[in-house]
Amino acid sequence: MTTETISQGNLVDAKRYRSELQATRLRAAGVFLIPMLIALLIVAGWPLARSIYFGFTDATLDSMYTGAKWIGLENYLSWITLPSGKTFFSGILADPEWWNAVWNTLRFGLVSVALETFFGMLIALLLNSTFKGRGLVRAAILVPWAIPTIVSAKMWAWMLNDQFGIINLALVQLGFIDRGVAWTVNPDTVMTSIVIVDVWKTTPFMTLLILAGLQMIPTDIYEAAKIDGVHPLKVFWRLTLPLVRPALMVAVIFRLLDAMRIFDLVYVLTPNMKQTETMSVLAQQNLFAFNNFGYGSAESTLLFLIIAVMTILYIWLGRVNLGGSAR
Amino acid sequence: MSTTFVIKRSLLYLAVAVVVLVSVFPFYYAIITSFATGTALFKPAFWPQAFSLVNYEAVLTTGSFPQNFLNSVIVASTVVVLALLIAVTAAYALSRVQFRGRTLMLLTILSVSMFPQVAVLAGLFEVIRFFHIYNTLWSLVFSYTIFTLPFTVWVLTTFMRDLPIEIEEAAIVDGASPWVIITRVFMPLMWPALVTTGLLAFIAAWNEFLFALTFTASNSTRTVTVAIALLSGSTQHEIPWGTIMAASVIVTVPLVVLVLIFQRKIISGLTAGGVKG
Repeated sequence: MTTETISQGNLVDAKRYRSELQATRLRAAGVFLIPMLIALLIVAGWPLARSIYFGFTDATLDSMYTGAKWIGLENYLSWITLPSGKTFFSGILADPEWWNAVWNTLRFGLVSVALETFFGMLIALLLNSTFKGRGLVRAAILVPWAIPTIVSAKMWAWMLNDQFGIINLALVQLGFIDRGVAWTVNPDTVMTSIVIVDVWKTTPFMTLLILAGLQMIPTDIYEAAKIDGVHPLKVFWRLTLPLVRPALMVAVIFRLLDAMRIFDLVYVLTPNMKQTETMSVLAQQNLFAFNNFGYGSAESTLLFLIIAVMTILYIWLGRVNLGGSAR
Repeated sequence: MSTTFVIKRSLLYLAVAVVVLVSVFPFYYAIITSFATGTALFKPAFWPQAFSLVNYEAVLTTGSFPQNFLNSVIVASTVVVLALLIAVTAAYALSRVQFRGRTLMLLTILSVSMFPQVAVLAGLFEVIRFFHIYNTLWSLVFSYTIFTLPFTVWVLTTFMRDLPIEIEEAAIVDGASPWVIITRVFMPLMWPALVTTGLLAFIAAWNEFLFALTFTASNSTRTVTVAIALLSGSTQHEIPWGTIMAASVIVTVPLVVLVLIFQRKIISGLTAGGVKG
């Protein structure tokens, strides 16, 4: 009897102790999270909300404090119909410069991420095989990643210089071109220049993420395939690619989202070129260079929406495909 | 050894050579350009033609480059220390304590790190003007938190989640409070993770351009990235490539050295932010 009551009492005590402990931990967790939540609220949440708000106003850099007027959707789209029956559209959605920037950003994002995935996969496969000096190669490919984007833009601007650039020199000596191309000024080649520098700079990131995925694949699968005499290309398509796919997807999403917001490379390598002007560049210029604070805010809000929708779409489509390949 | 084996190996090493060459050449070329002056600068060549420190002297003695360099060091270090301080406790709560809405909070943090920076630019500008920190280094410390904090929280959370529960249980039995558990039990185990995340956050802050361009407006408050982007000659058509390359090398060498020293840790940190998430 007595022993039972004691052990029961102990049990109750233990339970109470545990729930007290859980409560202390929960309280501590709350306290620990507050600084981060406050920080994120004032550097991210509130500024985002204010940017969206400014998009509905006619704010300029001066009037944003004295009171910007609420103009509804006018920054996005508005129209007036003249007595003659002609309708004129204005606003971002009717602005050819905006659509040009959208197209530039999309084109840049798709082409550069596709190339980065291709080269990243090749280099990752290379680094996943054993050879002497592998550590050295891994160190070497980290160099482009470590160099600040602004610095790489300047380095490449110098290498791509029309008169004194080493690339033109090499191309002329090899006989590909007769005389130097003004890579960063010529409307036909500016986008190519941007893509080249971005691919050079960010392929390492892609490579490392894919390599991490490759290294998680157990080696005995490859040995089994080798014993069965499966062609290496078939091994890649049927084994490696499906197995590395989750890592690849994450890497592609990361890079694509990053590419959609590109600013610094374009701003420094090909300033004031309509052929490379991206959404971020256009919005920043409207905000701070052309003093169209409201209009620029609306553009940045649209960019935010585009990226949000793309993220959701990509994850959703990816999941559908993953389910499909699993069957 | 069969001939096919030899051919395969040769092709492998050829590919390796190409990868290394393409990766390293632009930086190598920037270095040899930074040592060239006068007419040597305008005779492109693959091998160093001259060795002169004139460009470095120009960068370090004229203009505000030393100040800009110092600004970058101050901003990047401060923002990393602040982010780590806030992130360690938050990561403990997110990884070791069960509470409702935890997944949602983690997803929110991850989505903040995906934000296009330009989307918060207008609002941040207003907040920065409100705090009267426009054109000061504080504006950058403040705004850089938007990308350093979510990143450090995310990586430290994934790291702490993998630590064995037994260590913590032993401390709880001894009556240790959560604060003691973090500072006495986890911190000693976490310093490699702290170094890695800190370094990655430092690099991100060091390389940042959009906020630095927007929130500072004078030579004395600019960071190196903006300073290099705005370096120009006495006339518009006379771009001082030698000085630009010297400044670029000065800015990049510390990073490359750090990255090469910590390469293993950096690779695991980068992939922890990606693959595991």
